[in-house]
Amino acid sequence: MSIKIKALSKSPWVFHVSAASCNNCDIEILDCFTPRFDVERFGVQLIGSVRHADALVVTGVINKKTIPLVKKVYEQASKPCLVIAVGTCSCSQHMFRFGYNVIEPLDKILPVSVYIPGCPPKPEAIILGIVKALGTLKKK
Amino acid sequence: MSHKVIIPIGPYHPLQEEPEFFRLYVEGEKVVDIDIVIGYNHRGIEELAEDKHYDQVTFLVERICGICSSSHPFAFVLAVEDLLKTQVPERAHYIRMIVDELQRLHSHLLWLGLAGHFIGYNTVWMWAWRYREPVLDLFEQISGNRNNYAMMKVGGVRRDIKPEDLPTIKKQIDKLIPVLDMFKGAITDDPVIKARLKGVGVLTREQVLDFGALGPTARASGVDIDVRRDEPYAMYSSIKWSVITQKDGDVFAKTMVRILEMYESINIIRQCLVKMKKGPIDANVTDLIPGEGIGRVEAPRGECFHYIKSDGTNRPVRHKIRAPSFMNVATNKVSCVGGTISDAAITLGAVDPCYCCTERTAVIAKTTNTKIMNGWDLIKLCQEKTHKLLHKLEK
Repeated sequence: MSIKIKALSKSPWVFHVSAASCNNCDIEILDCFTPRFDVERFGVQLIGSVRHADALVVTGVINKKTIPLVKKVYEQASKPCLVIAVGTCSCSQHMFRFGYNVIEPLDKILPVSVYIPGCPPKPEAIILGIVKALGTLKKK
Repeated sequence: MSHKVIIPIGPYHPLQEEPEFFRLYVEGEKVVDIDIVIGYNHRGIEELAEDKHYDQVTFLVERICGICSSSHPFAFVLAVEDLLKTQVPERAHYIRMIVDELQRLHSHLLWLGLAGHFIGYNTVWMWAWRYREPVLDLFEQISGNRNNYAMMKVGGVRRDIKPEDLPTIKKQIDKLIPVLDMFKGAITDDPVIKARLKGVGVLTREQVLDFGALGPTARASGVDIDVRRDEPYAMYSSIKWSVITQKDGDVFAKTMVRILEMYESINIIRQCLVKMKKGPIDANVTDLIPGEGIGRVEAPRGECFHYIKSDGTNRPVRHKIRAPSFMNVATNKVSCVGGTISDAAITLGAVDPCYCCTERTAVIAKTTNTKIMNGWDLIKLCQEKTHKLLHKLEK
């Protein structure tokens, strides 16, 4: 295990990218940081700058206006960087698949490590997803 | 000579979860102008609705906004029922109202937490979101999901509230009263919160009317407007409650309106639980007729409007949605200007913006060949001029 991955798997700092979401997944992600779930106990922290991020949490479908922005955010993140797709929208475009403004699923644009389906996924599911993502890192 | 600086906020930034873009024009500490760019969340829901049949559209409009996820389907089913002149059973009305008011509670608590976070009181954020969890638990008990309840259906509701759930609902909303008292006391007594919120982001009554702002944003400026009272839908006319207004129009007034509205919501839910009698919950709509219908619902952020045009088939020909945040977000243009940069975050957040509701898209046909120049282009232009001069001299 390289030192980079070892450091990454200890306390991942996540940056929240909301592509074109309905706010539900975003709220559930924020909910993970509030007293009932409180993932900060485990060293997971929501951060303000993408340059410090170990993981990108992407919610919502990708539309024409956000596609260059999401790419840019990923380019700015320091590598290795996990991409976690939260919600059915970012996993499989949900019911917006045939929308005129919606073009590609997220995994055609970024290398997605974990898919967390649900509309919205419960905070427990999001935490489980992040734990699984870290588990795959440790196997490497 | 003052120096104008542009501060870009967004589209991905820690202030708000959704992508949106603000350009603050700043002179020193003072904000002199603001540009609001939205459209990052546009998904083309109105167009998608025209491809789906009426029962599917209720699920689609639920996904317009995650926080008002009962107001949009509520307005949509009211629009279809207005078209069909359906008589909805009384119990269904009460269930709809309970879900809608519970949603208002969770939405206002959520905003209160975020507002606390904006001004640096992370404790308020944690407390408010902690007390929001029991409300979400109630939703999980009633509908099976914490958000996106899927309760609304044309002609009634999709599932009943079980008699054994009623005591839990009553207990949990009773528990919220001391919590609200605590928040109210904390906000009215704290001198720091007063200093941060009083006189910040003031919207006058005239400005509210000019911009057509709605909901708590308008009511905080003394505009007495509420669809639940002005044009009662469901069973709101049979319930005793009052519309909360404040005069000042600043962020403090907006906070107080939202806190006091939560008391009213609890009051409404209590009365609904008492008045709800046993009976059918669905009118079993089978046929559709050509025509038009509108539905208006007071969402937590203001009036939510849905329009339906039908040609008698099972799909709407036109579905028009107007969400309140579209007008509320525009008021930032006057409320932010004149304040300091440090107040911008709370002023932008005070209208409880919900960009996913409001997104529009406009395609602009290019008529002029304008080009945006970057640094390299400027240097190139400069060099070209020198070359031209050199050429002239050589000749």
